[in-house]
Amino acid sequence: MAETKKLSIIAFSGDFDKLTAVFTLGTGAAAVGYEVNIFFTFWGLDAIKIKQGRSFTGGNWLTKIFGFMMGGLKVTPTSRFNFLGAGPRIFRGLMRKNNVATLEELVEAAKALGINFYACEMAMHVLGLKKEDFIPEVKDVLGVASFLKLSDGGETLFI
Amino acid sequence: MTFVKTKIELSKLSEGDTLEVLLSEGEPLDNVPRNAREQGYNVISVEHVEGTTHKVIIRK
Repeated sequence: MAETKKLSIIAFSGDFDKLTAVFTLGTGAAAVGYEVNIFFTFWGLDAIKIKQGRSFTGGNWLTKIFGFMMGGLKVTPTSRFNFLGAGPRIFRGLMRKNNVATLEELVEAAKALGINFYACEMAMHVLGLKKEDFIPEVKDVLGVASFLKLSDGGETLFI
Repeated sequence: MTFVKTKIELSKLSEGDTLEVLLSEGEPLDNVPRNAREQGYNVISVEHVEGTTHKVIIRK
């Protein structure tokens, strides 16, 4: 039997459009039999927070404010054409109209396909986030060394 | 994404069950039956429905 192919994605961006790219690639690869790992770091951590809106998650007053400003999956901004937060709503509408999966649908598909989610330990420290702040599908909290080991022998993307 | 949805639906079925998928011409129609075959599913039929829509039946 052929060896399982592997795709590991470093999800750095918390932008709606870039996260859409992360999950489109991830689910596409998982559907054709790839083992897929997504390592969420820094702004990308917004995608896996339990609280998908704005909430004061964080350790101290500063990280709590950051947590509120960053928000979760439902309030991710677009990297261009954000129009003060209206952009993602416009894009979600366009996606639905054209029968393209929305970001939320892609995340659900990723869970259904058993994609491995990991959170970056260092970024969590900086932003005052705990594993309990994330959805239960997050398999583990990792550092660079563990991620490199995990992605070894496959393809790696940084988005 | 069409194959992603197909794959998720297939995963819910038991061995021997069939799945009907409506696909548009172009990428979805090229991609879904090919990937299904590559992954060991049995593509029973591909039939034109209307316009650019085709019906593909896949057995698990």
